[in-house]
Amino acid sequence: MNKFTEDDLKKELETKEYEYGFYTDIEADKFPIGLNEDVVIAISRKKNEPEWMTEWRLEAFKVWKEMKEPEWANVRYEKPKFQEISYYSAPIQKPKLDSLDQVDPELLKTFEKLGISIDEQKRLSNVAVDIVIDSVSVATTFKKTLNEKGIIFCPISEAIQEHPELVRKHLGTIVPTTDNFYAALNSAVFSDGSFCYIPKGVTCPMELSTYFRINEGGTGQFERTLVIADEGSFVSYLEGCTAPARDENQLHAAVVELIALDNAEIKYSTVQNWFPGDKEGKGGVFNFVTKRGLCEKNAKISWTQVETGSAVTWKYPSCVLKGDNSVGEFYSIAVTNNFQQADTGTKMIHLGKNTKSTIISKGVSAGKSQNSYRGLVQIGPRAHNARNFSQCDSLLMGDQCGAHTFPYIEVKNKSAQIEHEATTSKIGEDQLFYCNQRGIDTEKAIALIVNGFSKEVLNKLPMEFAVEAQKLLEISLEGSVG
Amino acid sequence: MLQVKNLHASINDKEILKGINLEIKAGEVHAIMGPNGSGKSTLSAVIAGKEEYEVTEGSVLLNNEDLEDFAPEERAHKGIFLSFQYPIEIPGVTVTNFIKTAINSTRKAKGLEDLPAKEMLKLIREKADLLEIDRKFLSRSLNEGFSGGEKKRNEIFQMAMLEPKLAILDETDSGLDIDALKVVANGVNKLKSKDNAVLVITHYQRLLDYIVPDFVHVLHNGKIVKSGGKELALELEEKGYDWLK
Repeated sequence: MNKFTEDDLKKELETKEYEYGFYTDIEADKFPIGLNEDVVIAISRKKNEPEWMTEWRLEAFKVWKEMKEPEWANVRYEKPKFQEISYYSAPIQKPKLDSLDQVDPELLKTFEKLGISIDEQKRLSNVAVDIVIDSVSVATTFKKTLNEKGIIFCPISEAIQEHPELVRKHLGTIVPTTDNFYAALNSAVFSDGSFCYIPKGVTCPMELSTYFRINEGGTGQFERTLVIADEGSFVSYLEGCTAPARDENQLHAAVVELIALDNAEIKYSTVQNWFPGDKEGKGGVFNFVTKRGLCEKNAKISWTQVETGSAVTWKYPSCVLKGDNSVGEFYSIAVTNNFQQADTGTKMIHLGKNTKSTIISKGVSAGKSQNSYRGLVQIGPRAHNARNFSQCDSLLMGDQCGAHTFPYIEVKNKSAQIEHEATTSKIGEDQLFYCNQRGIDTEKAIALIVNGFSKEVLNKLPMEFAVEAQKLLEISLEGSVG
Repeated sequence: MLQVKNLHASINDKEILKGINLEIKAGEVHAIMGPNGSGKSTLSAVIAGKEEYEVTEGSVLLNNEDLEDFAPEERAHKGIFLSFQYPIEIPGVTVTNFIKTAINSTRKAKGLEDLPAKEMLKLIREKADLLEIDRKFLSRSLNEGFSGGEKKRNEIFQMAMLEPKLAILDETDSGLDIDALKVVANGVNKLKSKDNAVLVITHYQRLLDYIVPDFVHVLHNGKIVKSGGKELALELEEKGYDWLK
């Protein structure tokens, strides 16, 4: 990890504005604004979806209309006007692409700016990338290698066409359409996302990676991800997100469902650096995400997230530990600066015997931001010998930001053992002076201290992404100390 | 090398240093002694450029250059090193990573490329061996859970790595048992050369048995009240500070 730090970071730190704030001029196929049954049907038609899928969306829409936007999170923002959003935007592209030559050169330029040149990805990191740009996947790599193992990794729209039995069986089983306001909205209007199936006993030979980014002004992004790890399989999945700078707030309401069948393991990592708004708190992405995984017997799901972006974040990747001996993990770093607000954490629902969960949450707040950890540990009556360890650490910079911890613990079985540790610290003048005295300037010193603070979580990320995440932490804290 | 001229400094409008004059030449070891509250640590902090202190009069020159407008990190780049009385903990940052960042920051300031990893490693090993530092120590979080001796040894290790022109040792002997004291003093002696200088700040004479000064100054109430050779330290040990007031 170390060898990348200096040089790359130097360059990164020179840019003060949000560096991905450019806008690619791709002709978009965009729906008029507003949401009603017709729009839901139109989205479904546009994707050539079978009847059952259209019905499923309409059901969700019906539920959503009756629901209220949740207000319990420790965030304040002007609610999105749902009738002023366009619910579908796809870059106009040839539908099927066999090689990169066929990709719109503008799009390739965008990827380059993001530093995710597909060629380099292919060559260096052995990562199969399924890129979702403005809701439609336009390039899928490494398909062949995966095919040989029987692994399915494709846009969910494609999975609906080609593997309807799998999608129909599992979609909405972990996050039902009725789950919450944003999950219902997503179910009604999701445009695309990723689908992944790992067959029995197969260890996925590479990191599976999806890059999401919001590209078209005024379009909400409603991604849907479904990952199924069949018995005894293993997969490591990475989701990386960036969004170009725009003035109006952009809504993002994704749903991710993970299913780990008996003895399977899913490692799901997220690096999120969506536009956080400018220094005055103008603009930025609203990120209201529902992520949940189900563990069957002896299964394991591990969520790792590095969240540095978005104006408002509302996100609780959770594990339902249904099977005996199953394991859930949540490792998180959430950084907020300027006027960002984050309310994030996890839910660990222990249902089976001998289930174990670990929560390590690191919050870094700077500027005038508010950073909340909200976590639920629930032990069901049949969950004998359940174990949980939670650790929530907050690091504060300056005296105008806030760090909050809201732990909820519900235990219905006496044999449970639950530990909760929490610390709050501040980057002190003394720490900075010590670094300065050794020749390290303040900006670099903060980066060093924050990286040290976040180390336990950074270490959980796959190597390549740990480097990227480390850079993101530094970029997002630029200018946080006078 | 270092010239302190009529230095007055205050913190929160309280004057601590009231006109210090001091000249240190290359190759010399100076000791500043004095009772608690006499301004010893303030002097070291002011030379290092700590911002809480305001220099109200006088100047500090390093190699004839006035340091007034330079930030602490720039002073460090110019070769000033301060061994802290209370070294600061930085959780999650290893000793190795910290010193690597420090060295490369200094190199960058001088327009040099980063030191290649291989050479960095070699240098680290060499200096660790010089100071009898266990390799395992290098991968621990900086000062976190270190004993008093380990903290001070780590300071001297950093000094060895950074090769400063002027090293200020602020109460390096405090919290050390005699064995640790010997190791630390031994390290300092090994690093001494005709091109660098050492300023030892101490309350007690015992460190000076091991790091032998060329000059001893007594600081009292923000002023140097007496200067002399190493024998002055012994005299102070015997008589205390009161006779100088």
